[in-house]
Amino acid sequence: MTPHTLGDIEMGPPCCVPVPHLSIENLAVAYGDTPVLSNVSLDIHKGCITALIGPSGCGKTSFLNSLNRLTDLIPGARVEGRIRLANESGTLDLLDSSLDVRALRRRIGMIFQKPNPFPMSIRRNLELPLREHGMRRADLLAHTIETALADVGLWNEVRDRLDAPALTLSGGQQQRLCIARALVLEPEILLMDEPCSALDPIASGVVEEMIQSLRGRYTVVIVTHNLAQARRVGNYAAFFWMRERIGQLVEFGHCRQIFDAPVHPATAAYIGGMHG
Amino acid sequence: MHNPGDRLFGLALWGAAVGVTAVFAWLFADIARLGLGSLSLDFIATAPENAGRDGGIAPILVSTLLILGVAVGVAAPVGLGAAVWLNTYTRAGSRGGRRIRLALDMLAGMPSIVFGLFGNAFFSVFLGLGFSILSGGLTLAAMILPIFIRTVEAGLGAVEDGWRLGAAALGLTRSAALAHVILPAAAPAIGAGLMLGIGRAAAETAALIFTSGYVDRMPESLADSGRALAVHIYDLSMNVAGGDVHAAASALVLVALVACVNLMAVALSRRWLTRRLAV
Repeated sequence: MTPHTLGDIEMGPPCCVPVPHLSIENLAVAYGDTPVLSNVSLDIHKGCITALIGPSGCGKTSFLNSLNRLTDLIPGARVEGRIRLANESGTLDLLDSSLDVRALRRRIGMIFQKPNPFPMSIRRNLELPLREHGMRRADLLAHTIETALADVGLWNEVRDRLDAPALTLSGGQQQRLCIARALVLEPEILLMDEPCSALDPIASGVVEEMIQSLRGRYTVVIVTHNLAQARRVGNYAAFFWMRERIGQLVEFGHCRQIFDAPVHPATAAYIGGMHG
Repeated sequence: MHNPGDRLFGLALWGAAVGVTAVFAWLFADIARLGLGSLSLDFIATAPENAGRDGGIAPILVSTLLILGVAVGVAAPVGLGAAVWLNTYTRAGSRGGRRIRLALDMLAGMPSIVFGLFGNAFFSVFLGLGFSILSGGLTLAAMILPIFIRTVEAGLGAVEDGWRLGAAALGLTRSAALAHVILPAAAPAIGAGLMLGIGRAAAETAALIFTSGYVDRMPESLADSGRALAVHIYDLSMNVAGGDVHAAASALVLVALVACVNLMAVALSRRWLTRRLAV
């Protein structure tokens, strides 16, 4: 049986041939009467890692949350503009109110800043989403769980204690478990909101390496405050900044271009400041 | 090392702690001195005689447990549902939610006699349940609901948002997230809420006098009138000359009952916690 979660390595074309997976046009997010993000347009390319950088509070998380409609859960949140997901048959409008949000979230997984394994056993953490999405056969469940844990390099560490509470794992292990939990549903896109910022440097390094291994097989959008990390993992980088208290996308391009030859002065200052 | 103010503060804290303990010890010693002598297996297993001066409390114990059973059986599911509704559909700040919470807090502080009169008017008279264990239990359910709902709701609110968001991001339905993640995580709070409720209900007298009545016979069904322990204690000490001894003995049984329920709840929620967190 082929591995379930990681899918075909050739799923996406190499990053140097950009194929938009998500097309975002004029996206604006507001909470109540307070706009937090406006006028964001960019393409997220298939199989690539896109790093979102910029200071805190400039709307990066709001941007991420609108991609899998997690903004629906925030009272008073309004998302305007267009987000289109490339499909076999054309495109899917993600902001369509009649969209099946559960199915969407199965296709677009999410990893949070603070590892959030559920307060149950390691096995149950992975079984729960699978069962809820209709997988019942025990052998299939066991196989999928093993594959996902192997994918995130956790299998050898936990194979003997799958029934131990997930909260007994270390922070880095918890985060990798959360990534495995997202992978079992075989998503196409993974959204990561500062996945390493709550981890110590060593665990952070392990998780970062893991994220690197997802390149080409998944489309990854990662928010990070660690510019060195953004530079290491990203194919593309998007720089967000505040203008008149509203978050905006200032510059988007290849990672190398953003870091080595930023066009916009704000980008240059932000990156330069980090270097100096 | 210690300055005098610090020492005085420490002494005051100790004084308060000792004072509280002493009052409870005195109270307990008093009923133990009076009642311990007549406490026996017979006392628990036989019916009262001579208006309770002699015999035991068997039917009263049965009535008490039945009334508590009805109260908890009704309050637990209704309260859980209401708390989940409040937590899910009226997130912080909404006007409707604020009003409901204010109303619940007021109800929680309402004197129990008010619930007794309401129970009498509504369950006994309007619904025609008469003086019965059912109307007593339902009245108690109404009485413990506010405090139960508020405790559970606080527990649900304390459940990490990360779990809620995580469940949603995995495409779990709202009900699946509730059943598998949120409610289990709030189990200690649910246990605590039930405990507070049961404790209050077990000690209740005023609300029961008008609803489940005084009859000290063994109840044959939920439609029978039944005398709760607290009512029995009240009756023996107020209306029956020479009933003091058995009143004290019954009080000891009641204290033991409430303590048992408490310990059980603590043990239960601790087991939940260790199973999930293995601390």
